[in-house]
Amino acid sequence: MEYVIEMRNIRKEFPGIVANDNVTLQVQQGEIHALLGENGAGKSTLMNVLFGLYQPEQGEIYVKGKKVNITDPNVANDLGIGMVHQHFMLVEKFTVTENIILGNEPRDKGRVNLKKAAKEVEAISKQYGLKVDPYAKIEDISVGMQQRVEILKTLYRGAEILIFDEPTAVLTPQEIHELIQIMKRLIEEGKSIILITHKLKEIMEVCDRCTVIRRGKGIGTVDISETNPDELASMMVGREVNFSVEKGPAHPKEEVLQIENLVVEDARGVPQVNDLSLSLKGGEIVGIAGVDGNGQTELIEAITGLRKAKSGMIKLSGKDITNHKPRKITESGLGHIPQDRHKHGLVLDFSVGENMVLQTYYQKPYSNKGVLKLPKIMEKAKSLIKEYDVRTPSEMTPARALSGGNQQKAIIAREVDRSPNLLIAAQPTRGLDVGAIEFIHSKLVEERDKGKAVLMISFELDEILNVSDRIAVIYEGKIVDIVKPEETNEQELGLLMAGGKREKVGDQ
Amino acid sequence: MEVLKNKFSGFMIPLVSVILGLLAGAIIMLFSGYDPILAYTALFNGIFSNTYVMGETIRQFTPLILSGLAVAFAFRTGLFNIGVEGQLLVGWLASVYVGLQFDGLTPFLHIPLAILAAAAAGALWGVVPGFLKAKYHVHEVITTIMMNYIALHVVNAIIRSYLLAPGERTETIHQSASLASAYLQSITDFSRLHYGFLVAIIGAIIMWFLLWKTTLGYELRAVGFNTNASQYAGINVSRNIVLSMVISGAFAGVAGSMEGLGTYGYMSILSAFTGIGFDGIAVSLLGANSAIGVVLAAALFGGLKIGALNMQSVAQVPTQLIEIVIALIIFFVASSYLIRWFSNRLNKRGKI
Repeated sequence: MEYVIEMRNIRKEFPGIVANDNVTLQVQQGEIHALLGENGAGKSTLMNVLFGLYQPEQGEIYVKGKKVNITDPNVANDLGIGMVHQHFMLVEKFTVTENIILGNEPRDKGRVNLKKAAKEVEAISKQYGLKVDPYAKIEDISVGMQQRVEILKTLYRGAEILIFDEPTAVLTPQEIHELIQIMKRLIEEGKSIILITHKLKEIMEVCDRCTVIRRGKGIGTVDISETNPDELASMMVGREVNFSVEKGPAHPKEEVLQIENLVVEDARGVPQVNDLSLSLKGGEIVGIAGVDGNGQTELIEAITGLRKAKSGMIKLSGKDITNHKPRKITESGLGHIPQDRHKHGLVLDFSVGENMVLQTYYQKPYSNKGVLKLPKIMEKAKSLIKEYDVRTPSEMTPARALSGGNQQKAIIAREVDRSPNLLIAAQPTRGLDVGAIEFIHSKLVEERDKGKAVLMISFELDEILNVSDRIAVIYEGKIVDIVKPEETNEQELGLLMAGGKREKVGDQ
Repeated sequence: MEVLKNKFSGFMIPLVSVILGLLAGAIIMLFSGYDPILAYTALFNGIFSNTYVMGETIRQFTPLILSGLAVAFAFRTGLFNIGVEGQLLVGWLASVYVGLQFDGLTPFLHIPLAILAAAAAGALWGVVPGFLKAKYHVHEVITTIMMNYIALHVVNAIIRSYLLAPGERTETIHQSASLASAYLQSITDFSRLHYGFLVAIIGAIIMWFLLWKTTLGYELRAVGFNTNASQYAGINVSRNIVLSMVISGAFAGVAGSMEGLGTYGYMSILSAFTGIGFDGIAVSLLGANSAIGVVLAAALFGGLKIGALNMQSVAQVPTQLIEIVIALIIFFVASSYLIRWFSNRLNKRGKI
């Protein structure tokens, strides 16, 4: 059987790590083929090999049965391979058309013929049901639309095989639904699709077949009609995966965090947290459910000392920490897994080892009288890397080189290891695969069972419902209701998050 | 393995840039009707042929090391200190001022005291832009440039008003504060070589130790890479910005004392900047902001400048040509992206 794309026994090494080891991928004409694997399993490496960004050490690539040598992305383009990147590569100030023709401008006597280009773009957009306005500026259109521009870009360049790199990570549920329709339409029009993802739900919904990679090795290819999410997950992780979080009943103890009438303003002086009160006991996980932008960020920043509270009080283990310096609050027993791991969680250019002591570098045994004890730091890093299964070539590797899941594990290792009384986890599993999510959830529950208080902020209702012992719903900077996960459901939470009221008032 | 590879490529880019710079210089010579082989032979002899030129070369690059360290140190914290020139001038004056006082003090106290005064003056000149940056987010490039002009004219005014001696300069400092050494002069055929090069080497070691072995260096580097994560980790970002400029300024001030206590033993009224501070930017860039890199880059620039004198007298090539070569080297380092791209491409080809 002839495949549109066949990658045979691909091997790609990086210093200290084998990213792809004997991986085979065979894509049939007109199918949506999923490429499934954990963060850092080697999916992106394999696709970068196909796209000509990396050269494999071993293996062969065939396009429509012909052996090819893809030396750079231009060759890939000429072969009809197009990539829709996860992080869009668009010029904000340019229009849709200008972005699409960039680097491939139709010329007319030395001038760019924008009108002709716009007409072409419109025609392609219509053909595939993309509904993109060729004259709109990128900065004015939604993320979902921007992604369609990326799709248009590959189609304009004549792509027959489209690679989607985790396309749903940045989309809203509605946009995901529309994207799935677009993918189906692309297949109807004779294209083939490779979908890189770690979301099993999407694979089950749209894909025909699925190839699984685990730790760089090709595990196998299965027909979606003959499999189920459990099987896929265990293929991906290499063991059985628990989708529901395993935990016993909570045993709340004394109060750890007390927030009273807290008001926090944003940079423009608008109160984002507005007279918020909340209390948290040791031995319980409280999940904060809410639509993004209802004061969650400001609330965390105020608790952790990164933003000044206008009024109100925050007490940690009975001690007033309102508007204390971040370090003082950290030392009072706070661990913080920040929402944005690149912005706050890590110094990406520091080694993994250096990042492991970001909160403790000035303390013994990591330093003495202002002199760093590097051997002690690296020793600690090594043991944390082992304990938390952070996959990195070594503790000297820059944090930047790690996959998202492993970066997150490094942060969690650092924060949980200090055994803080209060652990704040802001979107702790954003963008991670099921294996990593399971690991992180089990760590949060473990801390709870040790008697620590865990405050979790998440936009994923699944996560909120699965992990929390109590759910506090935040709306316009206030906690509008507190519910128990076993007494509520997604619909009710969704209503509360939008400012609605519960029918019957339950007890807390 | 990865670390080794990075170190290797960190060394390759400056090396390739130097070779390309010299090649481009040769081409310019050919077009201008000079013999590049004769010129470069003369240049080489002008650095290594006898002890006198070697002594002069070391003297030349001593302050360059320190001004390079000053730029590199600030750069590690994410700051671009263009004010090294001004900090160097106030350091020079401070060292000469202390050198003129305390007659009869033992050199073991007088010299350190004069160097410390230079460091303090440079640090003071660094505090102002550091504070403005930390407190009011005023960009340090603007303020440090302005501080250069203030330094030049303030230093001149002080000399003119309080320290003037015949010849538009200060008196010569007391022997007890001088870094000049009869011994060093005698073994280098009476060059102006002085003990300052030891100070510069110590400076490089201090910078390396501060940045990589102390909690302060950890904080400075963290702030340089990511201010948000530093804040999250409880590091006082403002304090570290000011501190970085203070330490950078101190290095620059000590660079000035090399001229004040070593080469000249006095300070003249200056009609223009010395250029040592600005050359420090180039040295730091070529040295990839590392202590050892700065020492090597300063040695190269110092050597080229001294060797150029011989090149002019033997091969009649104007010394300005070496300035062009230096500029080209910097140009190639700055466009290291190109070199990296080229070598990656070669690597790829080799592997297929």
